[in-house]
Amino acid sequence: MTDQLSFPAARAPRSPVPRRRLRQLSRRDKVVLGLMIGIPTLIQAVLVWIPTLASFLLSFMKWDGLSLTSFQWNGLTNYNFALNQSPQFWPAVLHNVVWLLFLAVVGTPLGLLLAVLLDGKIRGSRVYQSIFFMPVMLSVALIGIIWQLMYSQDNGLINNVLGTAGTSRAVDWFGDSSVNLWAALIAATWRHAGYIMILYLAGLKGVDPSIKEAASLDGANGRQTFFQIVFPAMAATNVIIVVITIIESLRAFDIVYVINRGTNGLELISVLVVQYLVGETQVIGIGSAFAIVLLVISLVPIVFYLSRTFRTKE
Amino acid sequence: MTAATVPTVAALSRTDSRGVHRRLPIGTYAFLSIMAIVWLIPLLWAVYTSLRPKADTDKYGYFSIAGTYNFQNFIDAWTQGGMLTYFGNSVLVTIPTVLLTLFFASMMAFAVSRFSWRFNVTLLIMFTAGNLLPPQVLAAPIFELFKLTPLPYSISDSGTLLNQLAAVILANTGFQIGFCTFVLSNFMKAIPLELSEAARVDGAGVWTQYISVIMPLTRPALAALGTLEVIFIYNDYFWPLILIQSGNRLPITTSINNLQGQFLSNYNLLAAGAIIIVIPTLVVYLALQRQFIAGLTLGANKG
Repeated sequence: MTDQLSFPAARAPRSPVPRRRLRQLSRRDKVVLGLMIGIPTLIQAVLVWIPTLASFLLSFMKWDGLSLTSFQWNGLTNYNFALNQSPQFWPAVLHNVVWLLFLAVVGTPLGLLLAVLLDGKIRGSRVYQSIFFMPVMLSVALIGIIWQLMYSQDNGLINNVLGTAGTSRAVDWFGDSSVNLWAALIAATWRHAGYIMILYLAGLKGVDPSIKEAASLDGANGRQTFFQIVFPAMAATNVIIVVITIIESLRAFDIVYVINRGTNGLELISVLVVQYLVGETQVIGIGSAFAIVLLVISLVPIVFYLSRTFRTKE
Repeated sequence: MTAATVPTVAALSRTDSRGVHRRLPIGTYAFLSIMAIVWLIPLLWAVYTSLRPKADTDKYGYFSIAGTYNFQNFIDAWTQGGMLTYFGNSVLVTIPTVLLTLFFASMMAFAVSRFSWRFNVTLLIMFTAGNLLPPQVLAAPIFELFKLTPLPYSISDSGTLLNQLAAVILANTGFQIGFCTFVLSNFMKAIPLELSEAARVDGAGVWTQYISVIMPLTRPALAALGTLEVIFIYNDYFWPLILIQSGNRLPITTSINNLQGQFLSNYNLLAAGAIIIVIPTLVVYLALQRQFIAGLTLGANKG
């Protein structure tokens, strides 16, 4: 199993044979290749690209969702409602920003710290890694439940340890809108840090150890070696981590939805999209306007990542 | 990223061959041990709560050690929560989704990485971008599309794709193909082109090259991605939430909503239910941890 995973082909020298051009293919092969490209592309188009486009169009429409003939052009009315009149929009934006900052300042650096400490010859490194990584396997929804048991006002572990359980001073961590965002962020960090740790452990193993040795021969201490040599050498990993941190905070949804359907202090843009889609207040146009706001923000890290990743290829 | 990631994964499975021996201060061990204990507490607390009868925790409080310990909460959560049905739904969704995703993604990856044609990079970028979107962006149109897709009542009791497990399979497959195509194309690109060339000279057509030359060599990546995708799909909460209305058709992860409502006043049962849902992931984790981590790092673009 170990050998299977050490991708030997990846280190093969650059192939002298050029990639095949379609001209050289027989008619039958062209048809086969056409299907191999066409079917997945059709699935992507119908289930991803066209829906994205449809969200955009729907955000300018008034539609009851009942038939394909009842569309009414609605101009910017949906956006006006979503951005100016909906009371949850600006709180949701603020919560998404706090989410991002918290992951960027606490979750991601913690993952990096764990990776740096666990890289190299430390006794029991594998055991520590397994422990920190374990929450990454759990669904985010389940993490919400597991932390509910920790945070419960009268029965949770935290208030019991603090000695406030059962008294009037007991904080309702998930219920009190002045603290529940932070409580949810701690639960989210429980998962995020392990994820970042694993990615950085892989990144650190990819750094040529000889440059570290050279730096220490030149008299650099551990800290200098890390920040001036090792960290910049992991540029590719760093880009991925930045993108993952941003996208994770835009995608955050499951945990707040499990806690209280994303209300009362836990509003996020993703939740607003869903509230206007499935709730009693089903207004497709407004839900789509929120979806497009989320899309436009998401495109920033996505375009950054794609241009970094594919720049060298074409 | 390709260049950096692939050798990195190779390094993951090697034993550490660097002879650098750092003496770690005791403080590092202390910090790591404290963090490890903190990391374990939430899960251990859930396990502990689940092993105690409600009568005992009512009597002594949750933060106590008195009373008896048994597995009765697990039996009750399993039967009262109807968890067998939810697990069945998860299996019915997860297996087809992972197989379909890997099948389509491997074909697409083969076509973009082994042949040169106009738009192949453009399409690969579009595939990758699609997977990075928040799924909420697609939710309304997918919901409406499935609602307006007529199906005969003989195969769908709703007369549409809505409220069918097939809807969850489709939505997940569509969303995961992009990611798997990206990862597999990076992997296939590294397989020497001479191998395809030799097969072609021997008279192998495109399909034979795919199925008998490239796919067998891609097995390690397929195993890693397959493990990762099984966990992703099993853990998916969002698509069934949007696409399934009947409570008894939910896969286990989204059924958490039902369990939460049902066991609201009984934390012991809720904890037992949570542990039951965790068990399959923990089994995969212990058995296939290396595959899972390889999948994650090999496709580090996963948002």
